[in-house]
Amino acid sequence: MVIKFVDEFRNKDLILEAVEAIRNISVKPITLMEVCGGHTMSIHKFGIPSLLPDNIKLLSGPGCPVCVTSRHFIDSAAACAGEKDIILTTLGDLIRVPGTETSLYSEKSKGRDIRIVYSVLDALKIAGKNPDKKIVFPGIGFETTAPLSAAAIMDAKKSGLKNFYILSAHKVMPPVMTALIDEGVKINGYICPGHVSIITGTGIYKPIVDNYGLGCVVGGFEPLDIIQSIYMLVKQFENNKPALENQYTRAVAPEGNLKAQEMIRRVFRTSPDWWRGIGTIPESGLILTEEFKEFDALQLFDPPEMINSETDRGCICGEILKGLKTPAECPLFGKICTPVDPVGACMVSGEGSCAAWYRYGREAS
Amino acid sequence: MSSKIITIDHGSGGKLTLDLIEMFTDYFGDSGIDSMTDSAVFSTDSGTAAFTTDSYVVNPLHFPGGDIGKLAVCGTVNDLAVSGAVPKYLSCAFILEEGLELEELETIVKSMAGTAEAADVKIVTGDTKVVERGACDKMFINTSGVGFLKDKHSSLGSGINVAEGDKILINGNIGDHGLSVLSIRNSFSNEIKSDCAPLNGLITTCLEINDCIHFMRDATRGGLAAVLTELASKIKAGINMEETNIPVAESTRGLCELLGFDPLHLANEGKVIIVAGKGWEDILKTMKNHPLGRKSRVIGTIVNDHPGRVVLETEIGGSRIIDIPAGMQLPRIC
Repeated sequence: MVIKFVDEFRNKDLILEAVEAIRNISVKPITLMEVCGGHTMSIHKFGIPSLLPDNIKLLSGPGCPVCVTSRHFIDSAAACAGEKDIILTTLGDLIRVPGTETSLYSEKSKGRDIRIVYSVLDALKIAGKNPDKKIVFPGIGFETTAPLSAAAIMDAKKSGLKNFYILSAHKVMPPVMTALIDEGVKINGYICPGHVSIITGTGIYKPIVDNYGLGCVVGGFEPLDIIQSIYMLVKQFENNKPALENQYTRAVAPEGNLKAQEMIRRVFRTSPDWWRGIGTIPESGLILTEEFKEFDALQLFDPPEMINSETDRGCICGEILKGLKTPAECPLFGKICTPVDPVGACMVSGEGSCAAWYRYGREAS
Repeated sequence: MSSKIITIDHGSGGKLTLDLIEMFTDYFGDSGIDSMTDSAVFSTDSGTAAFTTDSYVVNPLHFPGGDIGKLAVCGTVNDLAVSGAVPKYLSCAFILEEGLELEELETIVKSMAGTAEAADVKIVTGDTKVVERGACDKMFINTSGVGFLKDKHSSLGSGINVAEGDKILINGNIGDHGLSVLSIRNSFSNEIKSDCAPLNGLITTCLEINDCIHFMRDATRGGLAAVLTELASKIKAGINMEETNIPVAESTRGLCELLGFDPLHLANEGKVIIVAGKGWEDILKTMKNHPLGRKSRVIGTIVNDHPGRVVLETEIGGSRIIDIPAGMQLPRIC
């Protein structure tokens, strides 16, 4: 038998058995937050809420990189793309995210040299082929993608590439997870992001368990992973024994990927950062260290002024990211705000909770 | 942030394309013909005719399983065939970019001739324009086609006879065309080949079996999802589908997993969706006996519940709603 690590985790009988196990132990109403956008997408794609008992509520958290990227960052990337001799290379997801007045998509339609790449390494290749241009890569994402940007920068330094720059909006996960609880988001446990944990290890969630008494289960992305993670959290909650557990043992080692952690530490340092819909969170952003300053795209242009208009136009992205409301409660959802013409970032990203609701959601009743 | 300019999304076959079509029909007026289907079907003194047109801008010109020429013949033939017509004559107009190699053009023309012969249609008129370098990308082709149909088939494109209990059939794996073009563009090495093929042979055979077919549509841009959501909303009925019954090749499924695409939204160029009532078993059997329908399956049922909505039972037994794809998954795939 060939084990593909996909079909086995989508086995209908096993999943229904696991759902039954949840039904057998779940008595109290419980609200769980899946932090990662990958989880949100999977939950909706497979119709998981339609399988769960009514007392279990799932909320989507702030772990979609695109969704938490600020308007100001988009404004900055657009301003950067407008400078002479710049090629802005971006992941496709970012291109539709609305800034204050524009998006990279609009800028591209106007003729700016903005190219979609599948990875920062593609951006490096473009830099190698275009020595007379300056190649800028807007780096977004958490501990999962930060090592890639770090690797690209270290590679550029090693090979003496002088025309490659990163505009960093990279972020780290733990500060936002505690900030949400401090802000009063009512949840009973976190389904912790599996991919982030592959890099960081599981220890980063320990303070949440110790200081806030919330269960944390690191979960994988296949339906059976998610259902099992929910089972583990429900069991902890019913027994009043919040704990840090790892469901995703086939991918996540307790100590994480030490080499990647070292790369992040070398290339980046933490600083306060603005999260769309949430606000400034101390020590939650990653900016380039002194050693790698020469690769910082901020030196190429004058960043536009930060306008505090992050929650305008009736978009409730912030409350959705905080898990206080669902997309269906937003008056703009599906009417004024659609994936083609998004108002908030949650509708843009394939992993955003509004996009997930739009594409897969509004579960069949 | 409504765009006041044409963006790539206007050509996606999704919501923005529908907005554009609305503008066209506002100005061009009501022709008295249901022109919102793949072909315009109208009566003439010598019988019922179908007329259609389509332009092809695929990049690159050659892809695994086909090329722009084969696509230009198949696409128009299929638009006629799903309207119930027997395709007869095609026109063919080329827009060529200065600098295109003659040999390249000849390869494409040869491919068109071969495909037309296989589809039993004649290319009878045409036009050529050459534009300066940069004004188009190597070669764009437009084909128009005329076919003739029996009166009893004239509402096949509109779906007005679709009723509760009808089965939804498809003639094989979905998503291959979109991913084959994407793969060659990005130098992904895999075995995925476009399903580009003329469907008129398969369709004509099916129409001869009995009169139980109530609707047909080829699932091109926007994929299976676009066809079924449009049908559900048009006939105000619900559609139930089971994910495990939808045929997707292992390689296509794998690449979709990797890239985050939904096979339901990917373009096909050789897939017909047939909605059939009592007697559908014979249609399915006929489809399976045809070389282009070996993997035919029943993928869904028309229901009275949830009118206007397509509900998919997922492979794990959950359920979700299928929506019309918004925006462009992949530009210039046909």
